Amino acid sequence: MNTAATNWIAACDADEIDEEDVMRFDHDGRTYAIYRSPDDEYFATDGLCTHEQIHLADGLVMDHIIECPKHNGRFDYRTGQAKGAPVCVNLKTYPVKLDGGKVFLGLA
Amino acid sequence: MAGGAKPEFIVIGAGEAGARAAMALRENGFAGKVTILGDEAHRPYERPPLSKAALTDADEPQAAFILTPDRLDEHGIAHRANAPVTTIDRAAHEVHLETGERLRYDRLLIATGARARKLALPGATPESVHYLRTFEEARALRSRLTPGSHIAIIGGGFIGLELAASARARGAEVTLIELAPRLLARAVPAAIAGVIAARHEAAGVRLLLGTGIERIEAVGERHAIVLSTGERIVCDGIFAGIGAVAETALAERAGLAIENGIAVDERLATTDPDIFAAGDCCSFPHALYGGRRLRLEAWRNAQDQGNAAAKAMLGGSDAYDAVPWFWSDQYDLTLQIAGLADEGSETVTRDLGDGARLDFHLAADGRLVAASAVGPNGKIAREVRLAEMLIAKRAMPDKAALADVSVKLKGLLAG
Repeated sequence: MNTAATNWIAACDADEIDEEDVMRFDHDGRTYAIYRSPDDEYFATDGLCTHEQIHLADGLVMDHIIECPKHNGRFDYRTGQAKGAPVCVNLKTYPVKLDGGKVFLGLA
Repeated sequence: MAGGAKPEFIVIGAGEAGARAAMALRENGFAGKVTILGDEAHRPYERPPLSKAALTDADEPQAAFILTPDRLDEHGIAHRANAPVTTIDRAAHEVHLETGERLRYDRLLIATGARARKLALPGATPESVHYLRTFEEARALRSRLTPGSHIAIIGGGFIGLELAASARARGAEVTLIELAPRLLARAVPAAIAGVIAARHEAAGVRLLLGTGIERIEAVGERHAIVLSTGERIVCDGIFAGIGAVAETALAERAGLAIENGIAVDERLATTDPDIFAAGDCCSFPHALYGGRRLRLEAWRNAQDQGNAAAKAMLGGSDAYDAVPWFWSDQYDLTLQIAGLADEGSETVTRDLGDGARLDFHLAADGRLVAASAVGPNGKIAREVRLAEMLIAKRAMPDKAALADVSVKLKGLLAG
């Protein structure tokens, strides 16, 4: 990854997301999901499920899995990996950094 | 299984359960031959969109295929379309196709699903009354849903209601006729059915509840439904969604036990240890509900049982005990049900805001046995999923906590 080309966008305050939870973030006509893991790390993926374009931020986070609120498609939000039917297409992930209590999303 | 030759597993039925089972065989390391035999012309496709997006999308719909040809190839799964099975010869371990061809199996999965129950009324013919089960039927139905056309729907269950919502979205006039005094009588509590009824009426659907039908008559190119009240409803298309009948004929002819569906044990084996059944076609004892025998017509059950049957075919001994889960989309509302509401004797309601409500169903001993919710999907889905986990844990949550929206269900799960 060429970090020099990364455009860091302030998404939210770090404490706006509970541990083991997810928040929706819309930017420039696209929607993203930002996660805070049970071990207090932050991650980001595309906001819509790869199965039927549903907002993942309405879904349930358990450990490192986000489950789509529509048909329970599951992804590892750290890697974007689809964890089985009905989802078979991985989620795109984005780099995240914390700075001054804010969560920044790294967009190309 | 006989040693030596490569084992051959056959899946009869190319629906959700059959397709999932075939994939799960590979995911669980099966290296033998896997063949899916389907009646239809298509590769396995998702049926839930047939009453929704396939009817309402602006573009001519495409079947939502579960498996691409690449994926079938990659996993070495053979899918044969237009391949109805006529006979299972258990003694010879063979299935006979309509073509006369015979295929050997070591283990067999029957995932034949269910068919639409046909309306038994004077004047109900294939020309006058239509059903929705296949992609072709969805396409035919779609062509009738034009602005200003008048569609009559018989049956206030999930299919009929989704169809009504889709027809309104396409600008058709809709009359929905239900014999019972309310919608979804067997599926959801009255309060939730009331929310759904109100939404349909707000959308302009004419709901005729507690209304019987005498007969159907041809009126030129159109048809009329004659109600028991004497009223005649003339319309451009009649659709019946009055339930489904398990496809058990093949199993029955093979001498397998039938009990409101192909009877399987807790690991989805039929009365023949080399033959399994999964999905809408089978009835199974559910450990979570005291071994009560259930037959579920549900997408997620088909998937989960497809997974479970694959493991059992490979010698696994796990009991299938997934919490039953259903959903329906109508307009901007989603309805979700986890568990079996009729196992409950008391209901506790949680107000989720924005008109969304979640009803918890508790058994007499305080155990959570089901949860039903209606509202925008984003408001209810996470809560129902957590309720489902509580049900699976046989939790006995505090009623006040269930009713209090400020108490996180995730917290109750940890307790």
